[in-house]
Amino acid sequence: MSPSVRLQEMIRVIRSARTQGEERGVIQRECAAIRAQFRQADNGGRSHNLAKLLYVHMLGYPAHFGQMECVRLIASPRYNEKRVGYLGAMMLLDENQDASLLITNSIKNDLAHSSQYVQSLALCTLACMGSAEMCRDLAPEIDRLLRASSSYIKKKATLCAVHIVRKVPELGELFTPAARALLAEKNHGVLHGAVILITELCERNAQTLVQFREAVPELVHIMRGLVTSGYSPEHTVAGISDPFLQVRILRLLRILGRNNDTASDAMNDLLAQVATNTDSSKTAGSAVLYETVLTVMDIKSESGLRVLAVNILGRFLLNNDRNIRYISMTSLQKIVSTDHNAVQRHRGTIVDCLKDQDASVKRRALELSLALVSAINIRSMMKELLLFLSTCPPELKSHAASVTVIPLRQAGADVRDETVPNLIQLITNASQLHCYTVHKLYRALVADISQQPLVQVACWCIGEYGDSLLQGDCEETEPIQVTEDDILDALETVLQSHMSSPATRGFALTATMKLSTRITENVDRIRSIVSIYGSCMDVELQQRAVEYNALFKKYDHMRAAVLEKMPVMDRSSMGQTNGESGGGGVQELEPTKPKQPEMMVAPQPASQVGGGEGGGGHGF
Amino acid sequence: MVRYFKKIMHFLLLFSRQGRLRLQKWFTPTPEREKKKIIRDMTAMVLARKPKTCNFLHWMDLKVVYKRYASLFFCLAIDDQENELLALEILHRYVELLDKYFGNVCELDIIFNFEKAYFILDEFLIGGEVQETSKQTVARCIEASDMLQEVKHTHTLAHMLIL
Repeated sequence: MSPSVRLQEMIRVIRSARTQGEERGVIQRECAAIRAQFRQADNGGRSHNLAKLLYVHMLGYPAHFGQMECVRLIASPRYNEKRVGYLGAMMLLDENQDASLLITNSIKNDLAHSSQYVQSLALCTLACMGSAEMCRDLAPEIDRLLRASSSYIKKKATLCAVHIVRKVPELGELFTPAARALLAEKNHGVLHGAVILITELCERNAQTLVQFREAVPELVHIMRGLVTSGYSPEHTVAGISDPFLQVRILRLLRILGRNNDTASDAMNDLLAQVATNTDSSKTAGSAVLYETVLTVMDIKSESGLRVLAVNILGRFLLNNDRNIRYISMTSLQKIVSTDHNAVQRHRGTIVDCLKDQDASVKRRALELSLALVSAINIRSMMKELLLFLSTCPPELKSHAASVTVIPLRQAGADVRDETVPNLIQLITNASQLHCYTVHKLYRALVADISQQPLVQVACWCIGEYGDSLLQGDCEETEPIQVTEDDILDALETVLQSHMSSPATRGFALTATMKLSTRITENVDRIRSIVSIYGSCMDVELQQRAVEYNALFKKYDHMRAAVLEKMPVMDRSSMGQTNGESGGGGVQELEPTKPKQPEMMVAPQPASQVGGGEGGGGHGF
Repeated sequence: MVRYFKKIMHFLLLFSRQGRLRLQKWFTPTPEREKKKIIRDMTAMVLARKPKTCNFLHWMDLKVVYKRYASLFFCLAIDDQENELLALEILHRYVELLDKYFGNVCELDIIFNFEKAYFILDEFLIGGEVQETSKQTVARCIEASDMLQEVKHTHTLAHMLIL
C-alpha cells in the first residue's frame, strides 16, 4: 500500500467524525501513534507521519513535538523526506523557536547540493523563516548562488537575498553588485526578483538609491520592451505582458524618481506610453495602470502627465468592476488635497458613486465628496449628501453625521443667500436624520459661532428638534448630556454675540421661542428672553419679540399649534427659490399638517418656506 | 502584537465557507496564539461580507484581498502600500496553478493533498514575493519535483532534468 494512502486514510477518518469530541479522540489516537513512530528508527514511513502531523496542526491541534522530527528529516538523504521536513520546518518552526537553529547546517549543505531541487528547498525555507543569525551565516553562500547558477536557482536566491536584507539590513552592501548585474538577465523570474532586491536595497540605503538612479534608462528600456512586445504564452495575462514584472518595475521607478527631476524626466515618456497603451478591460491591465498612476503622482512628473493620471482614475470610476471603482476612490482621496482642481473635474462621477451598490465604494465616495465641497457647489453637494444619508446603510450613518457640519464649515461664510433655506429644507425632509443632525450641529455651534450659515442652520435645527437633543440618546453619535439650560445658553450666546448678523439673531430668537413647546422646565427663562428683546434696537428682532410675547400672553392656547414641528416641505411651495431644482433629489414624506389657527400671528405663515426678500433670509 | 515590517505579503489563508482552514502560509514570524486569533478574525470578517461588495478589506494596518473560488475563500493580507489589483492577480494565478496540477481543482483536492498545495505555492511565492511569473515554468518544476520523489536516493538527482 502506497504510504501516501495512509495519510489520506487518516484525513478521511478525521473528517468522518461526527462531533468535535469524536474528532479530538481520533486525533489524540493518531498523535500518540505518530509520536511512537517518531521514536522508532528509520522505518521508511517517516515523511508520511510528519505529513499527518502537519495536517493535524492545520486543524488547530498542538504539534510542537514534531519539531525535532523536521530537523531529522531535513538531514535525510532522501528527497521526499527532505521535502516534507522542510515543509514542516516552515510550518512548525520560526525564528523564535530554538530548534530552528539546528537546521542551519543542513540548509548550508543543501545550498551546495548537486540537485537544484534540493537547493530550492533550502532556499525557500531560508527565505521563509531564516533568523537574523542564520541569514548572517549563510549570506555569502547566497551571494555565490546569485552569481553563478541556473535561472531556476538564481531567482530563488534573489528572493532569499531580499529576505536577508530585510532581516539584516547591513548585508545589503554585500548583495548590491550582484543585484546590479542581474538587471541584464533575460529570464523574467530572475528579473522580477532582481527588481525586488534592488527596490529593497534602495529603500534602505540612500547611497544605494543614488547609485541605482543610473539604472533608470535600463529599467525604462526593459519596461518598454514589455509594453510593446506581442503575445507570449509564458507571460501574457489578459493581453498584458507579465503584469507582475511591469508593476514591480513601475514601483522601482517610483522610488528612483521621487524627489529627483533628472530621474523623473528620464521616465516621463515611458509612463505616458504605459498610461496610454495599456488595456484596462481586465484586472491585469488595470493593475498596471493603477501602479502607473501611483508612480506618476509620486515622482516629479510634468503637469500633463499628472492630468493624464487623474483622468485614468476618473475613467476607473466608471468601470464596471467595483474593485476598480474602489481603488480609484482611495487614490483620489490621497491626492484630493494636492491636486484638488483635477479631482474636482470628476466630482459628478464621484457623487454618483454615492449610489453605488457596494458599501465600501459608498463610504469612500462620501469621504471624497466631503473633501470636494466648496462654497460654489455646496447646494448641489448637500442635496446629494442628504439624499445619500436617508438611504445609506446603517454602518455608514455614524460618518454621515459629519455630512451636515463639514460642508457648512468648509463653505464658510461665503455661500449664496438661498443656501441656508435650501439646506434647511433638505434636512427637514430627511426625517431619519433629525436626531444626529441636531446633535452634530449643536456641538458645532457650541464650538464656534462665527460662521453665519452654520449658525443659522444650527439654530433652526435646535429650535425644531431640541427635544431630541435633550433626550441625549442618539444611536449614531456618542451620547451627550445636554440640559435645557445648556441649549438656552447656546442660543442666548448667539443672540448676544456681536459676530451674529441680524438675520442670525432672528433665527436664534425664533428657535428659542419654539423651544417653549419642546422643553418643560425653563419656559420662564424663554419668556424673559423674549420679553427683553421686545425693546431691542433692531426693528425686525423687536417685532418678532413682541409677537412672540403676545403668543405667550394673549394667544397661549394657540402656542403649541403655531410652534408645532414643520411639515415636509413640498418643492412646489418653494416659491422664492429660483427654480434651481436638483431634479428628483428631494424625498417626499408623509406631511403632518399643522392645525391651522384662525389668527396668524407670526410674520410668515407656518407652511411657507421663507425664501427671503433679499438681504438675509427670514426665519419662520 | 506582531509588528509587520514592510513586504508585499504577510499571510495567505484558504478556508471553506464553514470557516475550516485548508491552508495557511505566514510570511512573517507570528506566535501560534496570534495566528489562531488572526485566522478567527479573518474568517469571521470575510465570511460576513455581502456578495456584491468589493474584494478588499482593511484590517489593522494591512489590506486584505480575498476572493471566493468555488467553496474556498482565498485570503491574502498585503501591506497598506501595495497594489490590491495585483494581489487579486496573484490569487488568481495560484488558483490556476492548482487547477492545472489537479485538473479541475476542488476543495477536496486541497484537503487530501494539502502538502502538494504547499509545494505548488512554494514554487510560485518565496518569502512573501512572487518568484516566477510564468505559469508553465512553475508547472514544469512541480512535475519534475514530483518525479524526483519517486526516486529512492538523492545522489541520482543530478541526472534529472535541469530547468
